[in-house]
Amino acid sequence: MQQEHIRRTIEDIRNDFPLLIKEPTAYLDNAATAHKPACVLKAEEEFYVNHNANPMRGFYPLSIEATDIYENARKGVRAFIGAASEREIVFTRNATESLNLVAYSYGLNSIKAGDEIVVAISEHHSNMLPWQMAARVTGAELRYLECGADGSYSDEEIEKVIGERTKLVAIAQVSNVLGRCNPLEKIIGRVHENGGVAVIDASQSIPHMQVDVKKLDADFLVFSGHKLLGPMGIGVLYGKEELLDAMPPFLTGGEMIDSVRRDGAVYAELPHKFEAGTVNAAGAAGLAEAIRYINGIGYDHIKERDELLTQRAIAGLKDIPHVNIIGSDKAEEHNGIITFTIDDVHPHDISEILASEGVDIRAGHHCAQPLHDHLKIRSTARASLMFYNTEEEVDRFLRSIAGVRSKLGWTE
Amino acid sequence: MESRSFYNEILTEHNMRPYYKHDIEDADLILEGVNPSCGDEIILKLKTDGNVIVDGAFVGDGCAVSQASADIMLSLILGKTKEEALRLADIFTRMIKGEASEEEIDSLEEASALRDISHMPARVKCAVLGWHTLEEML
Repeated sequence: MQQEHIRRTIEDIRNDFPLLIKEPTAYLDNAATAHKPACVLKAEEEFYVNHNANPMRGFYPLSIEATDIYENARKGVRAFIGAASEREIVFTRNATESLNLVAYSYGLNSIKAGDEIVVAISEHHSNMLPWQMAARVTGAELRYLECGADGSYSDEEIEKVIGERTKLVAIAQVSNVLGRCNPLEKIIGRVHENGGVAVIDASQSIPHMQVDVKKLDADFLVFSGHKLLGPMGIGVLYGKEELLDAMPPFLTGGEMIDSVRRDGAVYAELPHKFEAGTVNAAGAAGLAEAIRYINGIGYDHIKERDELLTQRAIAGLKDIPHVNIIGSDKAEEHNGIITFTIDDVHPHDISEILASEGVDIRAGHHCAQPLHDHLKIRSTARASLMFYNTEEEVDRFLRSIAGVRSKLGWTE
Repeated sequence: MESRSFYNEILTEHNMRPYYKHDIEDADLILEGVNPSCGDEIILKLKTDGNVIVDGAFVGDGCAVSQASADIMLSLILGKTKEEALRLADIFTRMIKGEASEEEIDSLEEASALRDISHMPARVKCAVLGWHTLEEML
């Protein structure tokens, strides 16, 4: 739930982030990982300083406190994404682990030879390789949803590729390269009509927009904590209870059982069935604090900042000769992610020159090689913005970009 | 902050207007070199006569450092024996590690323009791509 909040100035907000105070570079690689506010770091430390014990193990007060912190974090996540029950919230290490959990546990047990798995061509490798594996092992056919040159998925393509043999569709809510929102209502509707399930990667969307699993009617939805201002090493898998309930465990061992005998075990109830081994309770506490922090800033404020900064960056890039923006030319369709190329300049050289001028961006294929092949681009540079970035940082980025070609000797 | 000096004139010139970035048809040694982490790639082609490298060229795609370094390498090794080319490759690799003497670096002629890469660990792989491919094929 969005709570009421007082609109704060950007200077004030930046003071919440120790690294933004200390570090003079313009950090524009937020789609890779976001900076952490002090309250998140404190929540993580607080767990170890005052409540450290193995959650769900001991009957002494410290262990009960540790359990409460961990389970309260789960409650926070449940409310944040609008899930029906805490039984539907599984803590993992990150989105990649969440997706592998679904592929191994659901995919290998519910998909058969002759079925089809559909993956969007714009997916990050983490939402593609597990499905390549599932198709290989089960004998199902792997099909790709192909986007247009601007990264959009047409109704015709969705209707053509998703059909009665489709058992599962894997797609991100927002592409990590194009920044574009995919038409989830249409895609999820289509896969449900045909009796399949939808696996949604919300890693890039959830830092920028309210995600509601019920409204989306997602069957599975995953995200990483660290892109949402939380710590590294904690991630979330949401799954509809009836699906998770029917799935076998992904990893087995401690903390996920009710009882074990020489010849077998009774597995724990949801969600603990999927949380084998000692959990990352401090990470969960940090993620819960990050969620409180995001709710305090407010998604309306975040959206406003995203659009202000993205519009400024895209308008500026359009004015620089030889710069080509990948995807939509509308700022509001980028969710803070701007991927581009510069004629005659390799993205690694762009990134190197910007780094030497104190601007941090990403270069390469951004773990989305098949998308680059599909768009017939070898590699790209990517700037990705967060609400705490400033107009001054965007301007610094634009000034650096304007100088890149001449630094490499190109005269016009 | 000024941009680091290693994008110097020699490097940018070889990147913008490479002499040897084209195909040759009668090559007898062909090898592809790739940096999987950053996607730089070259296909190096040499024509030899006995022990002497008589012609050579490369095609590829990558950052200015990888492409210019391969071009400079070819300008240096054409007409040389295989042993001489390998000796230069060894000096180049040691220069990038910061282990070559001034005298050795001088013998690399234009390739010495890449000496500052030794301070840029992230770009070392780019600079040595052509040279490592050469070492592997000889």
